[in-house]
Amino acid sequence: MSDPMPILSSHGVSFAAGGRRLVAEASLGLAGGMTTILIGPNGAGKSTLLKLLTGELKPVGGHIEIAGAPLGTVPAWRLACLRSVMAQHARLAFPFSAYEVARLGVDGVGRALTRQRREAIVAESLAAAGVIDLAGRRYQTLSGGEQQRVQFARVLCQLEAGRSIAERQVLFLDEPIASLDLCHQLALLDMARSIAARGVAVLIVLHDLNLAVTYADHLVVMDQGRIIAQGPPARTLDDALLRQVFKVDLTLSRAPAPGLPFLLPQQHRARPAA
Amino acid sequence: MAPSPLATLITGRRRVGALALAGLTLACLLLAIVAIGQGAISIAPGRVAEILIARLTGDATLLEGRDVLVVLNIRLPRVLLGLLVGAGLAVSGALMQGLFRNPLADPGLVGVSSGAALAAAATIVLGDRFLAGTMMKLPFALLPAGAFCGGLASTLALYLIATRGGRTSVATMLLAGVALGALAGALTGLLAFVSDDRQLRDLTFWSLGSLGGASWTKLSAVAPIILPLLLLMPLLARGLNGLMLGEAEAYHLGIPVQRIKALAILLVALAVGASVASAGMIGFVGIVVPHLIRLSVGPDHRLLLPLSALGGAMLLVGADIAARLIVAPAELPIGIVTATIGAPFFLWLLLRRTSVLDV
Repeated sequence: MSDPMPILSSHGVSFAAGGRRLVAEASLGLAGGMTTILIGPNGAGKSTLLKLLTGELKPVGGHIEIAGAPLGTVPAWRLACLRSVMAQHARLAFPFSAYEVARLGVDGVGRALTRQRREAIVAESLAAAGVIDLAGRRYQTLSGGEQQRVQFARVLCQLEAGRSIAERQVLFLDEPIASLDLCHQLALLDMARSIAARGVAVLIVLHDLNLAVTYADHLVVMDQGRIIAQGPPARTLDDALLRQVFKVDLTLSRAPAPGLPFLLPQQHRARPAA
Repeated sequence: MAPSPLATLITGRRRVGALALAGLTLACLLLAIVAIGQGAISIAPGRVAEILIARLTGDATLLEGRDVLVVLNIRLPRVLLGLLVGAGLAVSGALMQGLFRNPLADPGLVGVSSGAALAAAATIVLGDRFLAGTMMKLPFALLPAGAFCGGLASTLALYLIATRGGRTSVATMLLAGVALGALAGALTGLLAFVSDDRQLRDLTFWSLGSLGGASWTKLSAVAPIILPLLLLMPLLARGLNGLMLGEAEAYHLGIPVQRIKALAILLVALAVGASVASAGMIGFVGIVVPHLIRLSVGPDHRLLLPLSALGGAMLLVGADIAARLIVAPAELPIGIVTATIGAPFFLWLLLRRTSVLDV
């Protein structure tokens, strides 16, 4: 919460389903130009918090503001201009081509744009996500990683089309690199950071702690529905937190140049079983 | 500069779409003219076109003779009803498949047809009993009106069952539709069991469908109910495309998901209720036509919906020609024709390309 005027902020937000509290009193701010990375063990409530912040779920307590307005009062079409979301699982009911999937991003938000401009946005986004050669392929015939990159292209389309309407935007990525190879993992995260550099507030849910500390400006750690630590990665993650949250007895090391923490899971194998 | 492969792909698709729309519109028009010429009194397509044009331009000198009466009073309303019902059923099928994100969805599946059928059976079988004491005959309009109300009532019931806190679960609706359909089927069977021979014959004939009762009166009652579906198609197309990714994703894309769902369900209930009421149960149009279009031009609803309308209209009018010719001068129920053409054709499609159902 270093930025005095975050584009999106949540204040003590809670959510419960089936008698279980999935998110409890979560407060955080997403500021333009910042990459915020959300980490935590399985079932910590990361995706639920993301769904609350995108407006997909309504909180049972607390409130969320986007661009100065209460999230619940912003109509769907306006929200689509303000924020773009890449969800975890994207299945497609009928065989669209990769091009048509990406185009969905500009169909609604880019209604006011000319057809040429819309087509240019789709082409640029496909190229940026590295899937332009797959444009004519049926989505279902693509590999999991290729599908994920096509979805990323769709999200880029929506963000770009929305830029003509909303100046301050948020990008949500829920485990965007889960099915990608290392090269594409880095490429996608680089892209996310360059989008942030343009002034967009970026929120990414990640599982890889080493990539999280490498790419985050602001790290948010969740456990059992609560945000238990947040701040710059170098100061947020420590051995005690690792033990408490992730239940692993590993020691963080410090990378030489920027002093970022990193983790070697090899330690775990080297140690005799407790 | 040579166009990029992507640009070629886009313009290629657009050209295929425009060509398919123009081609099917023309084919539909020609088929309608041929259909008007077919029957006990055969009229050449040229003469049919002449009569229709004269009627449209108000040129009274050409509007003389027995064939004019046949064309304008008997054949034209029948063909128009066929076009309308066929288009309505096919578009309803495409909408349901898009809404439920399920390639097997069909108006029959969400209980519209079975509810309508139950109401119609009740009208045929029980209507007689209630009127038995009096000397009244069963009013002619009671059957379609009953079918229409039955279809609407079952859809409303489903919608209420599946809606919790302002959100309609399509999965619940699909399952509830199957359950209600089975219940309505059982009750219809019970009614058939207690009916006498004449009622049973009425019931069977109606449940297999026919365009035989078409008239301008019937058409003017049905058109205002089916036309909204066809006119509002462009409003729904973009939303349905977004829904292919899932409801949450569609919401993220800025689509008013709940409103699209409610509107689509209402329009389908109206259109299917009206077509079952006016032409009986006609199966397979809502499944075969949209899949055929998807296989040829892809699943984009902006093309799929209008092309399905044209395809459905042609299938039904074509089936009606066959129904009138095969056992002339008698008429085969049209549902038999659509199912005997539709089912093997559909199976052939499945064998040829297994990708229809890949979800």
